[in-house]
Amino acid sequence: MPQIPMAAEGPLLTLDDLSIVFSSPDEADIVAVRQVDLTLRRGKTLALVGESGCGKSVTARAILRILDKSAAIPSGQIIFSPDDAEPVDIATLNPDSIAMRTIRGNRISMIFQEPMSSLSPVHTIGDQIDEMIILHERVTPKQARERTIALLDQVGIPGPRERADAYPFQLSGGLRQRAMIAMALSCNPDLLIADEPTTALDVTTQAQILDLLRQLQDDYGMAMLFITHDLGVVAEIADDVAVMYLGDVVEQGDVFDVFATPQHPYTRALMSSIPKMQRKAERERLQPIQGTVPSPKDRPQGCSFSSRCPVAFEPCAKVRPDPTRTGKQHRTRCHLIERELKPGEVIV
Amino acid sequence: MLGFIISRLISMVLTIWAISLVAFAIIQLPPGDYLTTYVATLSASGDRVDPRVIEALREQYGLGQPFIVQYWKWVSGIVTAGDFGQSFEWGRPVTELIWGRLGNSILLEGLAVIVMWFVALPIGVYAAVNKYSLGDYLATIFGFLGLAIPNFLFALVLMYLGYAWFGVVMGGLFSPQFEGAHWSFARVLDFLSNAWAPVLVLATAGTAQLIRVMRANLLDELRKPYVTTARAKGLPEWRVILKYPVRVALNPLVSTIGWLLPTLVSSSVIVSVVMNLPTAGPMLLRSLTTQDMYLAGTLILLLGVLTVIGTLISDLILAWIDPRIRYGGE
Ligand SMILES: Nc1ncnc2c1ncn2[C@@H]1O[C@H](COP(=O)(O)OP(=O)(O)O)[C@@H](O)[C@H]1O
Ligand code: SF4
Ligand SMILES: [Mg+2]
Repeated sequence: MPQIPMAAEGPLLTLDDLSIVFSSPDEADIVAVRQVDLTLRRGKTLALVGESGCGKSVTARAILRILDKSAAIPSGQIIFSPDDAEPVDIATLNPDSIAMRTIRGNRISMIFQEPMSSLSPVHTIGDQIDEMIILHERVTPKQARERTIALLDQVGIPGPRERADAYPFQLSGGLRQRAMIAMALSCNPDLLIADEPTTALDVTTQAQILDLLRQLQDDYGMAMLFITHDLGVVAEIADDVAVMYLGDVVEQGDVFDVFATPQHPYTRALMSSIPKMQRKAERERLQPIQGTVPSPKDRPQGCSFSSRCPVAFEPCAKVRPDPTRTGKQHRTRCHLIERELKPGEVIV
Repeated sequence: MLGFIISRLISMVLTIWAISLVAFAIIQLPPGDYLTTYVATLSASGDRVDPRVIEALREQYGLGQPFIVQYWKWVSGIVTAGDFGQSFEWGRPVTELIWGRLGNSILLEGLAVIVMWFVALPIGVYAAVNKYSLGDYLATIFGFLGLAIPNFLFALVLMYLGYAWFGVVMGGLFSPQFEGAHWSFARVLDFLSNAWAPVLVLATAGTAQLIRVMRANLLDELRKPYVTTARAKGLPEWRVILKYPVRVALNPLVSTIGWLLPTLVSSSVIVSVVMNLPTAGPMLLRSLTTQDMYLAGTLILLLGVLTVIGTLISDLILAWIDPRIRYGGE
């Protein structure tokens, strides 16, 4: 047995204090993501939850460096440590460099929210998957197509040999999302990023796709970053969960820990609202707290949640809280916790 | 696909028939006929005309007959004998007059179209991909200038500069010694040395427009999620752009090939007059003013036929490159 290199021990991917800024010629800069810390364990699933617009997709795209040209990463690190290679800080790579392109699609791949428009309308499903295999591996087009057919079969597409020659508009939404998944898995990635992969699908198909993803994760042993705004889905699929609010990750921990003993006031509000959210439409929006999420432009200088937090106190609006360990693998960004951990101090 | 082509061919024949009818009707719309114009010209220059001669001529040309009879004579002549009638003004069969002219038009405008596409597409792609960059602004400025400067003015300026700076007299498509010669390598070179200026003039406005269309189409496509998917595969950026969004953005442009030709012919009339080009445009203009009806009707009819054929070709290309049309998808 070959010796396991050092890298195989720590986390697969660590995001450390990441921020992402969009600039445009005629508007002020938008700090879409301000402080993101995430830790992805090998072979595990981390669910990233948060209301729409809080920066989940932007974070995911930053990991693959496929953000628009107008986006920059002014601070933070994205450390990727695959089993068999040196750790690399993705945030410092040039997006179009060979180093980044050998990671993208090959070691980290992604599936998207819109199965309808995420595949090219003028290329067959097979062509689009073959292309990815040929790009990253030394295979002939024929071998690539055989692998494509096997993948389509594995993700549960009936008649895979014929379907490989179909165009996306000839398939249903569910089948298209399955084809996307087949494509994302085609090079055996270490990490699969799934950005709300079931949001655009109907409920039955949603459940099938979730089952499929869980099944495939067992088979392939990859880690998964699963983005969703549906807490029900989190409980079903995740090992860890990270809660995001307005560009900040406010809490990350083991899924049982976080669900049982949520620490951050925002997470608590989310959890306590679960039983009340019976109708799907309500759950979709995930907006259980009084008031609306401000836009990144009106983000408070200190804790991003301070404009809506029921227990906000003196330093909250001005000073950003640091992450505090609140358990094994459990970290929270909130002044309340910091204070509680320092006995003797009085809250003014 | 075969059914598609057959139904298209049938509707093509019907369209061409309708064009012939309308063309013939339109050239008869102005009051009077060729002889009225002819008499007017003669008396304007002081000649006296014997009304009986005119009446005899009118009889001979069949001008006194009802519209439908004249039309029938013309069309049956075309279908049965390829005879498009006589040109009154030139006193020769229309077929002898037009082929050279139409050939020049197609050649010149075909070249202009090729130049347009080769120049405009890369610039349009560049401008869209590098939105708001210096290059994009330059392309926009060029676009506005190209659209705003009238063709004939550009032609005049070019001719003036050519004469003032290089002593070259621009005009025509061939030097005198090659005028009636057979095609040879030397004649091709001579043609190119004369044709570049009209091609440049003719292509400018189209290029400017095409840059804008390509830029706008591509900007729409670049926003679409399938581009992000392609990027997420790990393809180099240039391959992402060329293989996916550019490919899709080209589709609507292909469908414009069909009506490029008539647009160019009509827009090139003034340029052709200014630069003394032996193309179909000036001939059509003249035949319309003199009411030389068979010549005018034939030119309009043939332009219509070319348009219909062009449209068919661009539809076939479109069906070939866009599976959504081929399979009748969304
Ligand atoms: N291309 C862009 N240009 C400017 N701002 C953007 C862009 N993409 C996203 N944003 C900003 O980033 C924020 C987060 O967006 P996103 O990550 O898509 O949210 P979500 O959590 O719903 O996935 C939004 O508030 C939006 O204003
Ligand atoms: S830091 Fe202050 S405002 Fe922010 S969540 Fe904690 S208590 Fe609320
Ligand atoms: Mg999103």
